[in-house]
Amino acid sequence: MEKWYLMTTVVLIGLTVRWTVSLNSYSGAGKPPMFGDYEAQRHWQEITFNLPVKQWYFNSSDNNLLYWGLDYPPLTAYHSLLCAYVAKIINPDWIALHTSRGYESEAHKLFMRATVLIADLLIYIPAVVLYCCCLKEMSSKKKVANALCILLYPGLILIDYGHFQYNSVSLGFALWGVLGVSCHWDVLGSLAFCLALNYKQMELYHSLPFFCFLLGKCFKKGLKGKGFVLLIKLACTVVASFIVCWLPFFSEKEQTLQVLRRLFPVDRGLFEDKVANLWCSLSVFLKIKDILPRHTQLIISFCFTFLSLLPACIKLTLQPCPKAFRFSLVTCALSFFLFSFHVHEKSILLVSLPVCLVLSEIPFMSTWFLLVSTFSMLPLLLKDDLLMPTVVTVMAFFIACATSFSIFEKTSEEELQLKSFSISVRKYLPCFTFLPRIIQHLFLMSVITMVLLTLMTVTLDPPQKYPDLFSVLVCFVSFLKLLFFLVYFNIVIMWDFKNGRNQKKVN
Amino acid sequence: MAALGFAASGGNWFSALVLGVTLLKCLLIPTYHSTDFEVHRNWLAITHSLPISQWYYEATSEWTLDYPPFFAWFEYALSHVAKYFDEEMLNVHNLNYNSSKTILFQRFSVIFTDALFVYAVHEYSFPVQRLFVRINAALHCTVISDGSVRWNSFSYARFISLGLIVFLVSALSLGPFLALNQLPQVFSRLFPFKRGLCHAYWAPNFWALYSALDKVLSVIGLKLKLLDPNKIPKASMTSGLVQQFQHTVLPSVTPLATLLCTLIAIAPSIFCLWFKPQGPRGFLRCLILCALSSFMFGWHVHEKAILLAVLPMSLLSVGKARDASIFLILTTAGHYSLFPLLFTAPELPIKILLMLLFTTYSISSLKTLFRKEKPLFNWMETFYLLGLGPLEVFCEFVFPFTSWKLKYSFLPLLLTSAYCAVGIAYAWFKLYLSALTDPPAGKTRKQ
Repeated sequence: MEKWYLMTTVVLIGLTVRWTVSLNSYSGAGKPPMFGDYEAQRHWQEITFNLPVKQWYFNSSDNNLLYWGLDYPPLTAYHSLLCAYVAKIINPDWIALHTSRGYESEAHKLFMRATVLIADLLIYIPAVVLYCCCLKEMSSKKKVANALCILLYPGLILIDYGHFQYNSVSLGFALWGVLGVSCHWDVLGSLAFCLALNYKQMELYHSLPFFCFLLGKCFKKGLKGKGFVLLIKLACTVVASFIVCWLPFFSEKEQTLQVLRRLFPVDRGLFEDKVANLWCSLSVFLKIKDILPRHTQLIISFCFTFLSLLPACIKLTLQPCPKAFRFSLVTCALSFFLFSFHVHEKSILLVSLPVCLVLSEIPFMSTWFLLVSTFSMLPLLLKDDLLMPTVVTVMAFFIACATSFSIFEKTSEEELQLKSFSISVRKYLPCFTFLPRIIQHLFLMSVITMVLLTLMTVTLDPPQKYPDLFSVLVCFVSFLKLLFFLVYFNIVIMWDFKNGRNQKKVN
Repeated sequence: MAALGFAASGGNWFSALVLGVTLLKCLLIPTYHSTDFEVHRNWLAITHSLPISQWYYEATSEWTLDYPPFFAWFEYALSHVAKYFDEEMLNVHNLNYNSSKTILFQRFSVIFTDALFVYAVHEYSFPVQRLFVRINAALHCTVISDGSVRWNSFSYARFISLGLIVFLVSALSLGPFLALNQLPQVFSRLFPFKRGLCHAYWAPNFWALYSALDKVLSVIGLKLKLLDPNKIPKASMTSGLVQQFQHTVLPSVTPLATLLCTLIAIAPSIFCLWFKPQGPRGFLRCLILCALSSFMFGWHVHEKAILLAVLPMSLLSVGKARDASIFLILTTAGHYSLFPLLFTAPELPIKILLMLLFTTYSISSLKTLFRKEKPLFNWMETFYLLGLGPLEVFCEFVFPFTSWKLKYSFLPLLLTSAYCAVGIAYAWFKLYLSALTDPPAGKTRKQ
């Protein structure tokens, strides 16, 4: 009983922090003519409510695609439609065609924030609670502490409740998928993941690990028997869920193609704005966008992405286990983030979710990663006037993790899951014992740079010659750290999973 | 690495808790603030810009200084920090000035000065025996090993030194105003009897029940044509304004009557403390009873005054199961009675979430603490506490959309005050019972 009381308390804390953050400003507040993501979501409610389905993704006099045209899959559109029905009951002015453009009021802000909270409460939060309760080899207090840390992750709170988005829906569905697939409810898990995919196409970052894990399971069960049956079941589930979600858009080929064009805007370029990935950081030194033609950029980014994620995926297919699955989610999503085409800085959340899931296994590195991921979005958060909530939630998260997991005591080779790797290296370099110490120093340096850069961005004005200096610095520094994490997580998968099942979990 | 984390070890949960709560307070910075914000800004301005002789006479703003001089000195000290945030807030004529820097300063001053409260909690929670010994010494009662209570260590020297402390502190506080011959003015500001029996929002005390009964009787009387509508005063006591009113059906209450009621209410607990001392717990219980009795029968009580009883009660709650159940009823009803103060829509989820958070945690932890004894609540108490849920739903979600909103606009406030008053009165009564029926400490305490 006590565990449920504590879990309720933790959920209430999570909800309180979320709502208090939502009292702050949102993206594009008071900034006509384009405003921001908040206006985009309101506009989608307007479009989906007033126009027939066939016109949602097409350019027309009623639906100007240049003004926040729909660029997420159909499930987002249906969700906007649902919110629009509620908005109609409260105040039709909020979604009136054309005239509601740029509508801003306290009541409307309350409504929009409430929709985010309700979606979160129904989808993401139960998934987190259930996930933590299903963790093995852990006391109930540790499970509750784990839930607290995941729910306090600043990045998701600030983007969903500050900037304004519905990432908790797609990430929640993805988490239900992870839960289902890890607990051997493969069909339900795949269904949940398909829903996530149909909500935001960026969930494709997670699709390869799901595919490889499930394929690996089928192979293990034997493709001539149960494995084949499972394969068919999964294929049918995926196809059926896609058909159900896309049904209105399968009536004509042009509809389907148009939606795909909106979801995958290959014309938009290698990257937009400042993001902590390879291409943006490289462009500081070398203007790739100008040097290489568009299709070459596509091919190069494709190659980099797939080459970096292939080892983990192959290993997962050959040795499918939940632990390898979780870590592969991290590495694949990170590879996509660092090397893929047209990545938004908010896509780091797709990497943060799997890292939250491995928080109990490598608390030190996970906490560090989650802090870096929030920091990488600093320019965006500052633009939205969210400095105070950022600082407060980051500190709260750090304190929660430090107290729950005693992270600073868990920096030995074994706790960092680098033991096998270090042993292998020591065969050639017997003096290689200093890895934990290097990592500790790197952590210290990383925290110092993050704090310094934040202070500089907030207090100083950039030089006139380089007005984007601080944003670029933040992105570049974050990129280097994320690259380090990519290498680290890949090492953990490739080396330490040799003895995966024999390893004791240190808690 | 050890130097990096103050909360490095899992055992340092107290620091983590304090920091966590402080961070939550920081998140509340952009929320709604009441007229009390302007009250304190005004006091900062008065104490900073004007000489002492003017402090209790200044009336440019309607929010005149009505706390004792130490608070005025406190505001004076704060004002010296305030000037680095925004000097304009210290101008007496800048009424309702609320620049973002002013808000930031005011919020941070509250968060920062909470450090004193944190320190007190820390000192109480950890070296408990030390504190009890201090309280014991201050009471001048020593329990001898033969179990009888004697004024053995009643020392005239210590009695005189206590009296001197009280005198000196009061002298420091009131001295300057005594010298300026302003004491009557100060007292008239501190005790404004023209303000009416109940505050703008009714504190859930005995007079709330009294006034509610009066209101109900007058409505019934009007319906049954027993009362003449022309003789009833137009403005109701429940309109949310601070004024002096008469009751319609029941006899009106004078300040003297409330003083007498309060004195009668606290007398038994004082005599109990005097003649049947029960050690530090007895002292604390008497303190709480006096606070609660004054809350129940006082003149122009603010609903915030319930905190004067709730906070000390929390110290008592971990001792016995009975005290724990009294605490839970008192605190839940007390906190719920503060809901009408935060009436804005954005703050609605916050107050509900914080209330649920505190209630869930306190009930579960006290239940765990006393799991070996009988259940904390009987069916009546459980029913009462659960009834708060439907009450909240009705007052905040159902009532605003009904046709009663125009005719009986006072209804949610009246219901809230009356319902909470029942709970608080019940807790007061139960606490009194335990104070009067518990044996003296000498008979039960082992040496």
